[in-house]
Amino acid sequence: MKALSQKRRHPLAAIALLLMGLLITGGLYAVATTVNEAKASTSTFSANDVEEGGKLFAANCATCHGMGGSGSQDGPSLVGVGAASVDFQVGTGRMPMQMNGPQALEKPVQFNDQQTHQLAAYVASLGAGPAIPEQSLLEGGDAAAGGELFRTNCAMCHNAAAAGGALTRGKFAPALADTSGKHIYEAMVTGPQNMPVFSDSNITPEGKRDIITFLKQIETNGSPGGAELGSLGPVAEGLFVWIAGLGVIIAFTIWLTSRTS
Amino acid sequence: MSAASTAEPAFVAKTKTGRFTDFVDARVGGSGILREFGRKVFPDHWSFMFGEVALYSFVILLLSGTFLTFFFDPSMAETHYDGSYVPLKGVEMSVAYNSSLDISFDVRGGLFMRQVHHWAALLFVASIAVHMLRVFFTGAFRKPREMNWVVGGVLLILAMAAGFTGYSLPDDLLSGNGLRIIDGVIKSIPIVGTYISFFLFGGEFPGTAIIGRLYMLHILLVPALILLMIVLHLFMVVVHKHTQYPGPGRNDNNVVGYPLGPVYAAKAGGFFFIVFGVLALMAGFFTINPIWNYGPYDPSPVSAGTQPDWYIGFVDGALRLMPGTLGDWQVEQVWFGYVFSFNVLLPALVPAGILFTVMFMYPWIERWITKDDREHHVLDRPRNAPTRTAIGMAGFVWYCVMWAAAGSDLIATHFGVSLNDVTYWLRTLFIIGPIIAFIVTKRVALALQRKDREIALHGRETGRIVRLPHGEFIEVHAPLDEYKRYRLVGFESPEVLPAVPNEHGVVTRKEKRRAFLSRWFFEDRVAPATPAELEAAHGHGHAAVEAPEEAKSLSH
Repeated sequence: MKALSQKRRHPLAAIALLLMGLLITGGLYAVATTVNEAKASTSTFSANDVEEGGKLFAANCATCHGMGGSGSQDGPSLVGVGAASVDFQVGTGRMPMQMNGPQALEKPVQFNDQQTHQLAAYVASLGAGPAIPEQSLLEGGDAAAGGELFRTNCAMCHNAAAAGGALTRGKFAPALADTSGKHIYEAMVTGPQNMPVFSDSNITPEGKRDIITFLKQIETNGSPGGAELGSLGPVAEGLFVWIAGLGVIIAFTIWLTSRTS
Repeated sequence: MSAASTAEPAFVAKTKTGRFTDFVDARVGGSGILREFGRKVFPDHWSFMFGEVALYSFVILLLSGTFLTFFFDPSMAETHYDGSYVPLKGVEMSVAYNSSLDISFDVRGGLFMRQVHHWAALLFVASIAVHMLRVFFTGAFRKPREMNWVVGGVLLILAMAAGFTGYSLPDDLLSGNGLRIIDGVIKSIPIVGTYISFFLFGGEFPGTAIIGRLYMLHILLVPALILLMIVLHLFMVVVHKHTQYPGPGRNDNNVVGYPLGPVYAAKAGGFFFIVFGVLALMAGFFTINPIWNYGPYDPSPVSAGTQPDWYIGFVDGALRLMPGTLGDWQVEQVWFGYVFSFNVLLPALVPAGILFTVMFMYPWIERWITKDDREHHVLDRPRNAPTRTAIGMAGFVWYCVMWAAAGSDLIATHFGVSLNDVTYWLRTLFIIGPIIAFIVTKRVALALQRKDREIALHGRETGRIVRLPHGEFIEVHAPLDEYKRYRLVGFESPEVLPAVPNEHGVVTRKEKRRAFLSRWFFEDRVAPATPAELEAAHGHGHAAVEAPEEAKSLSH
């Protein structure tokens, strides 16, 4: 300790300190970014997939995303978005986009599974990014833990019962029923549209699996209390009591006070 | 027959039941009460039954609520869920939420009773609201019923209080968010807000006291006050007698209808079971407040689609509509180093304050303007009081705009529009909606009055076109029968009361204001057809081709 303090005014001390700081920051940054990075994105893709994907990309995507996925005025660069992003956007029909709007809307899927796979292979080859999750990450988690994670991280946009919700200026968080576990996982790691990215340091892969398990559980179990009125909360309940409840009762009052003559 | 009559032997019933009944009757005077009440006459109209719906909902609330108290534990102590709902297994939560989940999943019939209770609560407030609208638009609040109108208004506020305290009890995420908003509103009150909040919650929000306190209010104080007010309300209904719609033979000195017993007793008793049945069906088939979806309360998450129950919606909507800045002026101000959150205080308290103040004062406002001190037992048809109806509609639209704003996010997602646009439109409607509603309603009411007058004078269009010998075509009008015509001509149509000097010969400023309002109220008026006008109308020209009207053919 004494030796260190004696040399603190050495001309090289500042440089050493700066170097140390840079190394630590850089090192931490590298660790932090690799956490999000895909694990071996291209390993399951053959060279043929990449080549075919490149052709599909040039024909269907390059208008907006540019040749080589480098981006243009009309669409962002796809370098480093990863296979997961392509699998989500193309696999749910959001891409190719039908028209510009507040956000890309879900529509009938344009490419078959093989074509989607090839496109994903091509985009993954442009730069490392999140990979398509393995089946083991999509089922068999803890629903209760997933529920807690969902309420803390997702419910403010997607609603506690995953019925969806509004965002600003025409954007919205969609309802999550009928969304496959794979697409839910991919959405969490890639953050499509206005959704934030939930990196593995934010929610671990096991946590994501728990969330998917929770969502699948509430979807398959349905509501214990009867018809769920869209799981939209008190607004749907209020509408129902005013229209159906009071409506039926008014019909009865009219019947009760109508004269028989 | 003088001394003998006093020695007449006392009545002795023949059967055992008869003797028993006689014993009781001699002590409580039941037959006297029955004679008095059983012969009480009530007029018959479907719109008179909403108060009854409210009363029955309240009875159902008491019954189902009592069941819930057997199993609910209002403690905020922490526990881990170990019931049968898998997606919450092992989750840390309060005992209150735990017991609500147990009622839903592990108490036999518990979920059904919870849903009966909640649906009944929504119906309770809804039927009170519709009942009050009926009373307002038909002018039933006029002398001698002003006080009962106020009691009814107090009942509405108490019903909202009962609803809100109940909504907060399960300690789920949704109810906790609701409480957080209430906490925010209380804290926005300048100077004393923070103190009141700490007093109410027993420390910083959410604390560990609030559920127990709300529970006591919910099951003890508020229902007791509601019961008291219901007694007052019904007592006054009996004293004042029921109002009736205008019709032949009905005036301010009689009540035309059926006696309570047996017709109404049977109808009302049956109606209770109808209301109970409808609520039971709703509770059996439709989920309400799925607390298991929301999870335990935790101050950090807020779910999308978080709204209060419908009756608090208008306050939530007003909060949503309030802009943070007005032009360059920040609505939240820092004065003397203290924050004044007018952006919360104004929308939370001002619209509700205006609505309730005008509602409570309205009978006296109208009484002052019209100088009408007579008793009214015959109701107005809404069209025959155009300005009152227009005022009511303006208030109703204003309320509905705020009410809709509470669902702005769902309007945006379900109609595919921008949430911002919904807010801008509703802000605009908040200002101009009531004005448009007033003008449109008044014009519609006057037009309907003109149509009534036209029909009273010239009869109903039959659609039969007749060509006269000289070539003219006319449509045959069928005159109304006397009963139907009475409804169209037998109403009061007040005229403008100009300002009059007081005993010192001075026209006071207040009197001038009253005269101004009187002109505003009554200057547009369609006078009911007078007998002379009717006579003239029937005398002229086409009487020869008027077909006699059979009474039945007009029913529609």
